[in-house]
Amino acid sequence: MNADMSLQLQQRVQNAYEDKTALAIIGGNSKAFYGRAVTAETLSLADHTGVLSYEPTELVITARSGTPLKEIEALLDQHGQMLPFEPPAFNEDATIGGTIACNLSGPRRAYAGAARDYLLGCKIINGKGEILKFGGEVMKNVAGYDVSRLMAGAMGTLGVLLEVSLKVLPKPETEITQLFNCSANEAIDKMHAWSQTPLPISATSFHDSVLSVRFSGATKAVNAAVDNVGGEVMENAEKYWQDLKEQRLDFFNSDKPLWRLSLASDIESLSFEENPDDTFYEWGGALRWLKSDESAETIHAAMDEFDGHASLFRHADKVNVFQPLTPGLMRIHKNLKTAFDPHNILNPGKLYPEL
Amino acid sequence: MNMTEHNIQAGNKVSLLKALLKLLPEDAVLHEEEDLHPYECDGLSAYRHLPMIVVLPDTFEQVQAVLRLCYQCEVPVVARGAGTGLSGGALPLDNGVLLSLAKFKDIIHIDPKRRIARVQPGVRNLAISQAVDQFGLYYAPDPSSQIACTIGGNVAENSGGVHCLKYGLTVHNIQQLKIITIDGELLTIGGSGLDSAGYDLLALMTGSEGMLGVIVEVTVKLLPKPERAQVILAAFDNVVKAGEAVGNIISAGIIPAGLEMMDKLAISAAEDFVHAGYPLDAEAILLCELDGTNEEVSEHVAKVREVLQQSGATEVRTAKDEAERLTFWKGRKAAFPAVGRLSPDYYCMDGTIPRKQLPRVLEAMAELSKDYNLPVANVFHAGDGNLHPLILYDANIPGELERTEEFGGKILELCVEVGGTITGEHGVGIEKINQMCVQFNPLELTQFHAVKAAFDPQSLLNPGKAVPTLHRCAEFGAMHVHKGELPFPELERF
Ligand SMILES: Cc1cc2nc3c(=O)[nH]c(=O)nc-3n(C[C@H](O)[C@H](O)[C@H](O)COP(=O)(O)OP(=O)(O)OC[C@H]3O[C@@H](n4cnc5c(N)ncnc54)[C@H](O)[C@@H]3O)c2cc1C
Repeated sequence: MNADMSLQLQQRVQNAYEDKTALAIIGGNSKAFYGRAVTAETLSLADHTGVLSYEPTELVITARSGTPLKEIEALLDQHGQMLPFEPPAFNEDATIGGTIACNLSGPRRAYAGAARDYLLGCKIINGKGEILKFGGEVMKNVAGYDVSRLMAGAMGTLGVLLEVSLKVLPKPETEITQLFNCSANEAIDKMHAWSQTPLPISATSFHDSVLSVRFSGATKAVNAAVDNVGGEVMENAEKYWQDLKEQRLDFFNSDKPLWRLSLASDIESLSFEENPDDTFYEWGGALRWLKSDESAETIHAAMDEFDGHASLFRHADKVNVFQPLTPGLMRIHKNLKTAFDPHNILNPGKLYPEL
Repeated sequence: MNMTEHNIQAGNKVSLLKALLKLLPEDAVLHEEEDLHPYECDGLSAYRHLPMIVVLPDTFEQVQAVLRLCYQCEVPVVARGAGTGLSGGALPLDNGVLLSLAKFKDIIHIDPKRRIARVQPGVRNLAISQAVDQFGLYYAPDPSSQIACTIGGNVAENSGGVHCLKYGLTVHNIQQLKIITIDGELLTIGGSGLDSAGYDLLALMTGSEGMLGVIVEVTVKLLPKPERAQVILAAFDNVVKAGEAVGNIISAGIIPAGLEMMDKLAISAAEDFVHAGYPLDAEAILLCELDGTNEEVSEHVAKVREVLQQSGATEVRTAKDEAERLTFWKGRKAAFPAVGRLSPDYYCMDGTIPRKQLPRVLEAMAELSKDYNLPVANVFHAGDGNLHPLILYDANIPGELERTEEFGGKILELCVEVGGTITGEHGVGIEKINQMCVQFNPLELTQFHAVKAAFDPQSLLNPGKAVPTLHRCAEFGAMHVHKGELPFPELERF
């Protein structure tokens, strides 16, 4: 599929700007559960599709935001390359634009970087209906403020993404996952000890007394690393990491509110009661999924204490979702929102009620 | 620059000085002309201005107090690290305060377990790696100026280095910042985890050239030192072949830690200067560093050697030991000063291009070099397409600096034309402000101004840098297209 809807989309935003009507921006609607509720007219990007350029030797791909994530991944795969941040799709319809807007990354994130780290440039429509281009298709670019990266994770509140350019990387030659039986604290210790050495680790997870560690790279290097650390080989490891990233593992099969905690990797226990089975560790300990009925206030307060942050990911009220910002930061956020979207029409309230 | 815009109260140096002396110890406020001279320029020494006053605070409270005062009196403030910037970013204003972060030199805390270090902004880039070496860790971004430049300046410029192809730029290697806004508010940006709530202000601050806030603390991420690093030197009888070899290495699925190219003039200058053993008959050399575990490096060295040979290298040498590896790099790292020995002055450009455009850009540059009768040496972060053409000139010859700048400006416009950018890592500063009008349209520039206003509504932080006014672009466009006159005609020259 290949269709340029820029002008139609721009017209819609311009009209909305003039009429001051809010727009709910939607790609594949695969992450509708994520973020605060927005009540507004839908602006769908799903028909704005197509890969605009991809040159494997340049390590850069540019695509319209409605291009399905799976189409991009398949194309890269044909050339032995990948999106290094292993984005979750959550369903077949996920688009590259939604992926960047949410800035969600998968298991490789702690070792290779997040979606925002691979974003080189983007074209957006701001809240005034202006089409603007920032960044570019080159690896190094410091001309002007880094507005592209500002879009990653802004969840559409600062601009409608039209096109994104991403850095890609070659796929590793070999991947092997090793399993270890241990307690949560032992797992944290092991992951930290390894992370201070040059072992080619590309993913870690811990749940239910099992620590899983994936090694990626040149075959000889991976084999040597596996010999070095020991453990048991995991069968079907590729499926395991896919299922983890897509939240299809048993752990995620629950109606309890699911929290995404991002915090210092070596924190051992949170300051409220948790059942160990309700926490799933990723990213060397820096990302934790927590099933909990605790109030948002309690969880956010605990995260404040650790200088981390929590978001209510699934099965939620869609109100108290993201970690409250300090007044100083909120002031800057509001100013930035006004700078891009003066009439507050782009996904209003999706991140915070004030934005 | 609109240097007269803020001169209302600022004109009154005496009263400002008095007010500053109430906030800072006497030796932290410089105002006599002889004391101001060391601050008159950064690494782009063609541009010089004496600041009105220099302050050297050493606590957050002092920085806050100075900024609050300047905010109230509408006095512009220019932050300064080590002053090694190459785009005039730290160029002072004659009606402004230059805020030096030089006294913020402490490494506050190293946490080897979390692999982070919390440091003050005036800490030198290399000092971080040296301090964490005992834990087998290092800070990856390594600008060639790393013995001198500060981490605060690195964040303000989003600096890169020879290893950023594999390990990223400053923006990829920091986790938290403390900044002070123009109205004196201390903000913490980023957190203890790998991401933080709200907008990515960490990215926005990185590369913001002192325009949005003063960086007063930086938490950097550290990496384990690779088990082994090995460098290969390949010689080519043709620059285009060398460029193709770069693409071929990447096609083979290898991302080297560093991948640098030098052309003939740069090779001979470097060889003369540091005797790195570079082949003097080559038209271009590539330096390809591979790092990782022992096994990985062995495998990749063999593969890369093969690719280089197939790509038509006339010679492929692998450094036989660590000493030779360092010697190979020494030539590259000293390339700027080495070229500096060839001519009274040199002017370092910093465009980035899609790598496949290299032949076209080199050819056009050679033409321009002939037209302007000014030689160019090329040093190239080849892996990520970041060009550093060094134009050789003599500032004592009347008009030669102006011709050099015009030539440089054309190179940058060429970079934009082929899909690249006017600056890969040195920043816009005052130097490339006109070329910003080529890279961005008025709506985009207006959006940049709105971003600045979100932090600094009165435009007191480093005014006149990084983002041109639309008025300036209109003038530049007119001048550029119709008359072909000098760039920056309104700037005083020294
Ligand atoms: C020989 C040589 C080689 C170089 N090689 C490289 C290279 O390989 N890669 C590269 O990227 N750069 C390189 N540079 C450029 C320069 O070293 C970098 O831009 C460096 O990051 C500047 O740091 P500094 O401390 O000297 O900053 P300064 O020059 O003092 O300031 C640079 C900018 O940052 C702002 N600033 C400084 N500190 C702060 C702060 N604390 N808060 C807010 N704003 C601040 C200033 O206002 C100014 O706009 C090189 C320079 C030289 C002279």
